This record gives sequence, structure tokens and C-alpha cells, in this order.
Amino acid sequence: MKRGWFYQAGLLAAAGLVLWFFVSNTAHNLESRRIASGFGFLWREAGFEIGETGAIAYGAADSYLRALGIGLWNTLRIAAIGVVFATLLGTLLGLARLSPNWLLAKLAAAYVETIRNVPLLVQLFFWYAIISENLPGPREALQPLPGVFLSNRGIVFPTPWSAPELSGFNFTGGAALSPEFAALLVGLVTYTAAFIGEIVRAGVLSVGRGQVDAAYSIGLTRRAALHLVVLPQALRLIVPPLTSQYLNLAKNSSLAVAIGYPDLVSIANTTMNQTGQAIEGVAIIMAVFLTISLSISAFMNWYNRRVALKGLRQ
Amino acid sequence: MKTSTAAAAVALAIFGAGVAHAQGTLDAVQKKGFVQCGVNTGLAGFSQPDSKGVWKGLDVDTCRAVAAAVFGDASKVRYTPLTAQQRFTALQSGEVDVLSRNTTWTVTRDTSLGLNFAGVSFYDGQGFMVPRKLNVKSAKQLNGATICVQPGTTTELNLADYFRANRMTFKPVVIEKLEEVLNAYFAGRCDVYTTDVSGLVSVRGSRAPNPADHLILPEVISKEPLGPAVRHGDDRWFDIVKWSLFAMIEAEEMGLTSKTIDQALASKDPAVQRFVGVTGDVGKMLGLDNRWAFNIVKQVGNYGESFAANLAPLGFERGLNQLWTKGGILYAPPIR
Repeated sequence: MKRGWFYQAGLLAAAGLVLWFFVSNTAHNLESRRIASGFGFLWREAGFEIGETGAIAYGAADSYLRALGIGLWNTLRIAAIGVVFATLLGTLLGLARLSPNWLLAKLAAAYVETIRNVPLLVQLFFWYAIISENLPGPREALQPLPGVFLSNRGIVFPTPWSAPELSGFNFTGGAALSPEFAALLVGLVTYTAAFIGEIVRAGVLSVGRGQVDAAYSIGLTRRAALHLVVLPQALRLIVPPLTSQYLNLAKNSSLAVAIGYPDLVSIANTTMNQTGQAIEGVAIIMAVFLTISLSISAFMNWYNRRVALKGLRQ
Repeated sequence: MKTSTAAAAVALAIFGAGVAHAQGTLDAVQKKGFVQCGVNTGLAGFSQPDSKGVWKGLDVDTCRAVAAAVFGDASKVRYTPLTAQQRFTALQSGEVDVLSRNTTWTVTRDTSLGLNFAGVSFYDGQGFMVPRKLNVKSAKQLNGATICVQPGTTTELNLADYFRANRMTFKPVVIEKLEEVLNAYFAGRCDVYTTDVSGLVSVRGSRAPNPADHLILPEVISKEPLGPAVRHGDDRWFDIVKWSLFAMIEAEEMGLTSKTIDQALASKDPAVQRFVGVTGDVGKMLGLDNRWAFNIVKQVGNYGESFAANLAPLGFERGLNQLWTKGGILYAPPIR
């Protein structure tokens, strides 16, 4: 026991020493090259504009902190919407692969195998190219529904407060989804759904055949059996790997930078370049993603405890 | 890209001290036998590999001039193609010895980024390019436009300043990779593409499906002096890069070209004699061979030759980048 403590303390001291070396060496290098350091830059004027600011007011005269806040908001927005749609699509895919309908099952299998074997970045470029190169310019926008305009500037639709209209270069009024947001959302959802589909399928298959037979024998329809007997039990196996897919989706959203969606990484990159403070910028990105990921984990762990069998060891 | 910035930052943190401070950059360069030069990922006329994979351009020639001065061999350069966002970290961390990548000299970069600019190799300014079919004649008509721009550039900041000053609004589409941002512009995702006028001319001449379809607006909204940069704190290396560039400009002023420099060895003009290293010891002062400037002109050529070979074919005019004696503002301090 005593010896155990000794080793633990030694390990801790070694880790501390390594950390101290990195920090002090970095500080020394920055100092000797007269490269600015510290987080004071956060309160300076950013000086650049951002394409999508959501509900938050922002202009070039605002601070770097506010710009990064908008990046964070954009990251959370894409992650939250992405998780919801990926779960829905993934569940449908998983169930479709198990469907007695041969065509449906094969189509779902083909989808999963195609999508999850192509790198996500390539898929993002694909969706972005589809949207920005195939749709017409705003002056020749398609109008699938009255008041809804589809162009390479994205989709513009009316709100109860204002209707979009073409003025000058672009539409004003209404609400809009940008091509960057749409491409990123479609890319993340279709990609993550392929993995979620497999998780759902594995979860459903793990429920014993006897359970299903028993459900049918008491006269439940296929739908009711799925709902009342299979899914509640499958959920226990689905939730833990589902958590890591949610984490992946949140982290993959940082690929936004490649197609110009102003997420946190994109804005932090710009900030790093304008201020030259790469270490601080990377630290902010890491801290934010760590916080987002740990929050998702905490929530999913809580949910997992709720669906777990009571009284059993997890 | 994110990873490379991060990796460079980490490299800076861990290994930074070893590279530049234990020994000078000149010693390190001489030991490894080549100059590591940070260039653009592909900007015609400034730095772009040709069909055989050989890097060509005005910025590339600056690197070659440094190699000619240090080694007497302009080919002893290795190139690191860098995006706008990677460039400063790459220089700070010691990944490259010189950054010669159409980079604007500003006070922020000179001070808080820890760089030293070794002069100006191209006087530029920011402009706008629009498709002709939009029927726009002036930047003042751009209110409400969607504008494609690369992040981490002075361009991004000037753009915001210009629209603020003129009480106009715009929507930026910010993409880091030049290829991707150009795709977005040519696909019509943006109404306008903005960068330095040199970049607009280069892109229009080399990437537009039909160059005549695109108009560069008359307004030039900023000063963009582009030049090579080195790390703060190594004055000896700073001097070498600075005077390598000046030697190219001075050679043009003296009328020395790669074809005539051999005859200049027999010249009676004392300034020319000093320049080619027949008399004096300018080379030694720099810690180089006395033939350093001779080698630059012989192997790389003078500034005008480089301009004529790289930029003139794309439709560039000398303009501000003409010698001060001919109505421009290129001016090298005396080499003596």
C-alpha cells in the first residue's frame, strides 16, 4: 500500500515536471522573440466581419471575444441540429436494414457502406459544390413555394415578420440558411447517421429472439413489439456508443473551416492569424471542445443510467 | 490546416529555442546546405510550380537570390507552400528560414508577431474583381454584396474598414484555401472576389475560365507593400535577406543583367566594381563570399528581369514597381 502511494506521487511529480518544462520553455521562447502573449487581445477590436452571426449583433468594431462567441454559437447550433437529425435518420436506417422488405434493407445497407467509407471532408466538398455550383444566382433564383427562394446564396424563406425580396445583389428580409450551413449540416447528418444506423441495428439484434416471439405471441403487432419490447431493451446497448457518435459529430463540425462556415475553429484561426497568438488560440479551441464534449458525455451518462436495468452492475 | 497551425505552435513551444538561438540562422542554413523558403501554395507570377514542378515567380526569385548569396548556387532552396494562415507560425517556429509569400508589411506583424520585414519586393494595393455581367463599375456600388475573401489577411481587415468608412454592408464568405475560395467566386457563390490587385490580375489571367468576363474595379483601397520576412532577433540573417533583395534592385539601376554581368567584372566603374566584388569587401561584411551580388545577378537576374519573366506575361504593368529613376518608387540604398 505504502509503496503504491510512493509510485503514484513519483508519477505525479514527473508529469508536473514535464508540464512545467513545456510552459516555461514556451514562455521563454515567446519572450525572446518578442511575440506577444496572454489573453489581453480578447478585448481588442476584431476588425473583420463574419458571414453568419445568428441572433447576435456583431460588427467589425466588436471585440475578438465577441467574434469568438459567435463562432461558439455557430458551432453549438450546427452540433445541436446535427445531433437531432442524425439520430432520426440513423434510427430509420438501422430499422430499415432489419426490415423484412428486401429492397429497403439492401438500400439501407448500400447507403451505410458507401457513406461511412468516404472521408467526411470529401463529402463536405461534394455537398458544397452541389449547392454552390448547381443552383442559379440570386437574380434567377428558383421559387419552389411562393416566397421561398432557392439560389447559390442559400435558401431564403419568409417569417411572420418579413418576406424576402430581391434588392441589389441579394435577398433582404425573411430568414435564410446559407449554403455553407446547409452543406455542413447535410454532410454531418448523412455521415454520422450511417454509424448511428449500425449502432441501432446492433442494439436491436442484441434483444433475444425469444423476446420478439413472446411479443408476437401475446398479439402485439410488429410496430408495437418494436416500440414496447425491443427498443426499450435495445436502448441500453445503443446509448453508450451513441454518445461517442454525438461527440464525433460535435468535433467533426470543426471541418466547417474548409467550406467557409464561420464556426469556432474558423474564427479562432482568423484571430490567431491577425494577432499572431497561436498558442492562446489553440488553447481556446481545445478548452471549448473539451467543455462541449464533456457536457455531451455527462448528459448521455445521466440518460444511460435512466435507461439501464435497475439493480444491475453497469 | 488546424492541425498544422497547432503542430507548429507545439513545435514552437518545445523545440523553438534550439533552432534559431543556439546558433544563428546563417550557420544553420550553411550546415544543412539549403535555404528553406515559405512561399504561396500557388499564385501565378509570384510563386507557383511550372509543368515540370520547378517553382517560378517573383517571390521564388527572392529565395533564389538569398541562396545565390549564401551558397553561390541559386538552386539550393527548398520550398514550403504555405496558406495565409500557416505562414507566420511556420516562420516563428523555425520551419522556414525566409517567408517570401506576397505578405504585407504592417506594424502589427513587425512587432507583436515577432517578424522583421527585409524590404519591399512588390508595391501593391487591395482591389475588387466582379463578373462583368453584374454591371458594376465602382466599388461604391457594392453595398449588400457577398464577397469572397481569404482569412487571416490584411485584405479581410481592409475590406471591413472600407465598408465601414463608406457606410455600406457586405456578407463575407471566408475560405482559407485559395483553390476553394476561387471556386466559390467562379461558381457565383460570391458577387465579388477581393485581394491585392496583383493577386486579382494573376488569378484572372491564370484561373478564370474566360478572363474577359471579369472586371477589376478602379478603386484601390489600401497600401500593400509585399516583401520577404524573417524572424525577429537574428540581425545577421536579416541583413543577408535584405541586401539580397536590394542587390536585385540595384543591379537593374546599374544596368547589370544576367547576360552582361560577366563583362561587368572588367568594368572601370568603381560602383560596379564594388557591386560584383572585384574591389571592396561588402561580401565579407555580410559574412558571405565577396561575389555574393555577382552570383545573384548571374543566376537569378536583376529585379526587372524577374519582373519581365514572371509578371509581364500575366499582364502586369511596372507602375509603382518601376525604379525611382524611371518614375516608380523602387529604391535600393547604396551598396558600399
